[in-house]
Amino acid sequence: MSARTGEPPLRMSPAVPLRLGLTRGWIAFRGMITSREGIMQNLIWNLVPLAVLILNRNSALPGLDVSVSASLLPGLLALGIVFSVMGTGYYLTSEREDGTLLRAKALPHGMTAYVVGLATVAVLDTVASLLVVLLPGMFIAPGVPVGSALLWLGVLGYLLLGLLACLPLGILVGSLVQSPRTIGGLGFFGTMGLAVLSGLFFPVQALWGWVQVLVQALPLYWLAIGMRSVFLPAEAAALEVGGSWRTPLGIVVLLVWAAVGLALGPVLLRRMARRESGSAVEARRQQAMQRT
Amino acid sequence: MTAVGDPERTSAFGPPSTSAITHGDDAVISVTGLRMRYGPKDVLQGLDFTVQAGEVLALLGPNGAGKSTTIEILEGFRLPSAGIVQVLGADPATAGERWRAEIGVVLQSWRDHANWRVREVLAHFGSFYLPYARPGRPRPFDLDELLALVRLDGQAGQRVGSLSGGQRRRLDVAIGIVGRPQLLFLDEPTAGFDPQARREFHELVHRLADVDGTTILLTTHDLAEAEKLADRILILAGGRIVADGSAEALAREVAGRTEVRWSRGGERFVHATDDATGFVRRLLTEPGEEVGDLEVRRATLEDTYMEIVRRQEIAQQTAAEEAR
Repeated sequence: MSARTGEPPLRMSPAVPLRLGLTRGWIAFRGMITSREGIMQNLIWNLVPLAVLILNRNSALPGLDVSVSASLLPGLLALGIVFSVMGTGYYLTSEREDGTLLRAKALPHGMTAYVVGLATVAVLDTVASLLVVLLPGMFIAPGVPVGSALLWLGVLGYLLLGLLACLPLGILVGSLVQSPRTIGGLGFFGTMGLAVLSGLFFPVQALWGWVQVLVQALPLYWLAIGMRSVFLPAEAAALEVGGSWRTPLGIVVLLVWAAVGLALGPVLLRRMARRESGSAVEARRQQAMQRT
Repeated sequence: MTAVGDPERTSAFGPPSTSAITHGDDAVISVTGLRMRYGPKDVLQGLDFTVQAGEVLALLGPNGAGKSTTIEILEGFRLPSAGIVQVLGADPATAGERWRAEIGVVLQSWRDHANWRVREVLAHFGSFYLPYARPGRPRPFDLDELLALVRLDGQAGQRVGSLSGGQRRRLDVAIGIVGRPQLLFLDEPTAGFDPQARREFHELVHRLADVDGTTILLTTHDLAEAEKLADRILILAGGRIVADGSAEALAREVAGRTEVRWSRGGERFVHATDDATGFVRRLLTEPGEEVGDLEVRRATLEDTYMEIVRRQEIAQQTAAEEAR
């Protein structure tokens, strides 16, 4: 290849596309949070969980010395992680629609950098939305062990596990779904529904057996229970299935999801990238125009 | 591959005349027997052509003729059904990142990178080419120079989403050339340009071709644009190349004749000829009344194009009727 230049083959360090991707992610994230829509979205989305915490701060869990809002905070953090990741799926489909992905394909090492950039945005976005809820939430919800190093280590650990388990899934969904509006609509209500069923707001034992089995196969349940195990005193585990946090099992389930996503991800992304072309983007643009 | 004896191609205006250009070492693009099939429909039915280094080639043709498909195959964005395609010495379907670094693609943007600032986009896209810079081949483009070239120096700090349509298209061009590619693809580059933007864009293309020696392949609907920009024009119709040559060569070959109009003794005359100069010389030296209102009108590319597409449609109809 490139016989015409007669130069020796170029040895490119894999760090180059990685660095380009990180830069891309940072610029995209900065552009997003400083845009008017970005600010509005962040305000609205994070006021809702904070309002939930404020409304529940004076009631306590039955038979326990734990406030309801302290018991909700970990679930809201888990939900925040899942929502941010779903947002990543949304970016991917909408950037496929608007031609961002095709632009990446036209650059040397562009696709690698694009995916790294997408993951970078997701991580930054998740961390930002986690902090926006967590920092005020700690002071709203009584009884959060703010001074404990274990709490912070646990939050960091589950944040990483949650990202590993869910981020590849979000990108997978984004690469499979055709229209960003599908994720915006179905994805949003689906995730809210799943959150209700996954014991984020009340114990799952109140639900039918098959629903319990289903939600325990998915990462959100385990992310939420893991977060609760970090925030709540040991006796609160009595409310969980089997009266225990089941920490080892939770970690295994989350790691299995991470493995599935990381194994399938590259295959599906390559398939998706292969299909990108100017006329594919043009066709999607025509479709999107008709809808509006 | 389509045989040379193919009726549409040999009749009237002969085989693609400039295929006299051989597949020499200078060929930046060489295509042999390129076919593309979507389900039962043959979009490309055996294309053969080459593009030389430094050449500006325009692909013309009615909608659905296969222009975009062809360009997407050459860009490596689409796999052909059959045929041999070589672009900068490699098959676009399997060529690697280093090849990609030599190719510039001007894409039609829509609302991508809306939150990015103009300068950020160009700096970021340019940085992908930095590892491919060589002594004597600085890459990417100097940002200030590039911004001035596409007249976006005043918008460098603006968000892309706030640009006007014309400014956005100029940004598209800037993104396409930021890596100083050897070969540049432009698919309908001036669609939606106002006349001033169009003229500026034409100057830019001339500059890239003349100063930087960039090989350029563009598709367009605008015949005047093709005539102005391209060294050579390929006309695609019904998935085949139906004409190949410079605008003048095509005009000569197809519409063939130059029209001479004049008046004599109050009467008006029209005559079509291949040799307008000779005809006019004879006309003026003929004895008799004075010749007035002399007008020599060469066939325009538009005449040529219309004629070629008309012939192609007739040929297709005939073929369809024979098949029945």
